[in-house]
Amino acid sequence: MTRESQPGPSRASSAAPRATIFEVGAPESACVLAPALDVPDVDVESALPGLARSAPPRLPHVAEVEIMRHYGHLADMNFGVDSGPYPLGSCTMKYNPRINEDAARLDGFAGLHPYQPLETVQGALELMVGLQEALGEVAGLPAVTLQPAAGAHGELTALMCFKAAHTAAGDPRTKVVIPDTAHGTNPATVSMCGYETVTVPSDERGLVDMRALREVLDTDVAALMLTNPNTLGLFETDILAITEAVHAIGAYAYCDGANLNAIMGVTRPGDQGFDALHINVHKTFSTPHGGGGPGGGPVCVTEDLARYLPGPLPTRLDDGSFALHTPDASIGRVRSYLGNFGVLVRAYAYVRALGAQGLLEVSEQAVLSANYLRVLLRGVFDIPYDRTCMHEFVMSSATLKREHGVRTLDVAKRLLDYGFHPPTVYFPLIVDEALMLEPTETESLESLDSLGAALRSIAEEAGSDPDLVRGAPYTTPVRRLDEARAAREPVVRWSPQGE
Amino acid sequence: MRHVPVTCEQREAMLRGLGVSSADELFADVPPAARLGRPLDLPGPMSEIELAAHLQTLARRNAPATACVSFAGGGVYDHYVPSVVDHVLRRPEFFTAYTPYQPEVSQGTLQAIFEYQTMICELTGMDVANASMYDGATALVEAALMACRVTRRSRVVCAPTMHPEWQRTLATYAAAGDREVDYSLAVDATAGVCDPHDEGAGIERLCEGGDVAAVLVQSPNFFGGIEDVREMARLAHEAGALLVVAVNPVLLGVLEPPGALGADIVVGEGQCLGNAMSLGGPGLGIFACRQPHVRQMPGRLVGRTVDVDDRTAYVLTLSTREQHIRREKATSNICSNHALNALAAGAYLAAVGTEGLAGIGRACIAKAHYLRDRLLATGAFEAPWDGPFAHEFALRYRGDVSRMHTAMLERGYLAGVEVARFSAEWPSGGPPVSDEGLVLFAVTEKRTRTELDAFADEVGSL
Repeated sequence: MTRESQPGPSRASSAAPRATIFEVGAPESACVLAPALDVPDVDVESALPGLARSAPPRLPHVAEVEIMRHYGHLADMNFGVDSGPYPLGSCTMKYNPRINEDAARLDGFAGLHPYQPLETVQGALELMVGLQEALGEVAGLPAVTLQPAAGAHGELTALMCFKAAHTAAGDPRTKVVIPDTAHGTNPATVSMCGYETVTVPSDERGLVDMRALREVLDTDVAALMLTNPNTLGLFETDILAITEAVHAIGAYAYCDGANLNAIMGVTRPGDQGFDALHINVHKTFSTPHGGGGPGGGPVCVTEDLARYLPGPLPTRLDDGSFALHTPDASIGRVRSYLGNFGVLVRAYAYVRALGAQGLLEVSEQAVLSANYLRVLLRGVFDIPYDRTCMHEFVMSSATLKREHGVRTLDVAKRLLDYGFHPPTVYFPLIVDEALMLEPTETESLESLDSLGAALRSIAEEAGSDPDLVRGAPYTTPVRRLDEARAAREPVVRWSPQGE
Repeated sequence: MRHVPVTCEQREAMLRGLGVSSADELFADVPPAARLGRPLDLPGPMSEIELAAHLQTLARRNAPATACVSFAGGGVYDHYVPSVVDHVLRRPEFFTAYTPYQPEVSQGTLQAIFEYQTMICELTGMDVANASMYDGATALVEAALMACRVTRRSRVVCAPTMHPEWQRTLATYAAAGDREVDYSLAVDATAGVCDPHDEGAGIERLCEGGDVAAVLVQSPNFFGGIEDVREMARLAHEAGALLVVAVNPVLLGVLEPPGALGADIVVGEGQCLGNAMSLGGPGLGIFACRQPHVRQMPGRLVGRTVDVDDRTAYVLTLSTREQHIRREKATSNICSNHALNALAAGAYLAAVGTEGLAGIGRACIAKAHYLRDRLLATGAFEAPWDGPFAHEFALRYRGDVSRMHTAMLERGYLAGVEVARFSAEWPSGGPPVSDEGLVLFAVTEKRTRTELDAFADEVGSL
């Protein structure tokens, strides 16, 4: 086993670093080859003059057993949701149901070509329409595009729709307002869409400062981007006043749906006055994160904005069949084909499995578990906004740092020795030494208790043996890395010795 | 189904511990006017048995290309995926992990990406490849934006022979980001490729304002034609612009890599490398560039370093380009990428190796040439142009294409892609010749001579 549940410095992990796949196998090894050619060979150089490859690419030369062992060993060095609790705030690392994996691999889904005749993909379109309808209902925003490949892609898609709507109204705008607790994708998206970012501070409650917001809202503002619940895990209690103020100047209110897992069936962004929402199906709707992706970032908008959505959109026709439709004022496409269909199959399966009651239970339990953990850790770490939270909360190692010189990074690394993935660290930026915990609804009470106990134990170690914590981790496949060296002298590909 | 392991009894105890009587009280911060106040209007929950049956029913309402003899292409292809690839992907330590921000417990993902980056560099002949983009279309857009940053210019020239959906994606981003795309590069209609030397609308002419950041070209292009990338690179560089080349990576075992032809940025759709077609998503956005431009590159990058015990280890690097550090000054807003599809591509390229990939490329090219000859020999098709091609080609059907498609579908064939289906997609105005009757055929190594002969015979006798 690579991750010890026993604390304290112990033996080095058995899953130690390994040679690259280029150094495995023998030059004559091969795994899969194309069958012998059954048509006349075509000489590449005569068919494509000057384009026959002169130096072959140096790809691995391995047998199948070496591939399975290599990647098996790499997998052993990885930590996933199946390895243990993964309370990574704002990332919603919930369990990925296995039937969803099987569903996405059905030949009737995985084997579809995007340009097949529509009559041969009716089941796929029905699934997509079903997912659009379900997401629209959860969002309270009825018009949905499944095209965006990820959350950031969804953000961009929505801002493009806002821009198109303002342009069509002869009222172009230049700025987008973002609170200081926002994810980095928000300002990066604003720049990609040709707007300028205006940041508003949070107040002492950890919520949008209404007075500061009103000061920056003028008719140059195209939109407000807001995560609700916000990245402190707090619900924006003034949300109705916020969206009203945004609409009063002719701007749009955008909800970053990263934290949708907290509110399903309780409150809907559309009912809070938002005009658009992106949903991270790889967070709220249980599709796996894949070590970084692929995800899915569907965007839900109001009826008024529906005409700007990217096309084509799967739609249900009056005769019960399904077709593709591009809205009359569509911004265009934001990618090729129809979306990350394989991911959408998993999200659809999740919605259908749970239904309305199941989704409500998800949010209620996610919020309950986060609050349980918050109370459990009260007095152990600083909790700057110690009141009822939503599905996540932010604590701080500020006291540990001041009293013992132990930082949040040390706490996070030490948690690895206890068999847990660390929380999100140093975010949001407004909390010093931040640790953002999101247990999700799929952790058992036992696992919440053991996470709490591990953090308590680490806080005690910080007092009794701070060097122990500062030197962590000890039991992981590798220990702390020299990240500065990686950036100073970038080696971003393998090369044979001597090159 | 439910996936909540906390029992009802435990839930009650947890609520009591918080001093509340119901979970609903935890939502006191939600203003009453924003409360839903009713159950969500969704179809009822299902047991796993019911769900499995329902999903099977939906899947059976589709006729997958993999169950046909498919000649459909246009960026997504019916290549064989070795069994070993999915067995790698099914390791939950890979697919249930987040982005490898904690390198001590993410060495598997990180090393796999490092190896993938190396393989893409080898295929494309470039210095640096990133950890992936969403798909070929968005990789192309990111390349155009990167070229604008590198050259501090704001206009790009896009070959009108580029995939129409990629052109449309580029147009969407350009409109939002206030950048200009010029699609007026001349096309030699007798060859189905760009004419970079054209006096009126060649590269030199289009770049004469000194404001063009990049020339974007796809080769093989959307119609399968091979563009003169060497000349386009030379002309673009003379004008101080970069050359962005979109490739089909599965052919790079036999074709010269764009790096050897002068490309500055290489992008591509990597579905063909071990990924399911899956109605076109998730695909794999390939992105590679030259070393001097690495700090303007979008997306994640894995680098090699050592740990405190001096052991080799891998870590995300040059992150100051990225949104979570740089925010509004980031090179891109991309966060989630297509890491698992990159993992599939790595396992695929390991499985086929250098010789296997070359064999696949040769088989695709030979079979495509064989089929084209057979189809032309039937008399039912004519060639819209003559020029070198690889494993995809366009022919004009003399009859009614949609009727032909339907008739061949009944016989178990996906008879290519009708070019007219893209008529609303072309910002460049349309294909180089009339799209009437134009059909795009792609042939992979999966097709047998028997299938090619039978298809030609049957379509010829309609």
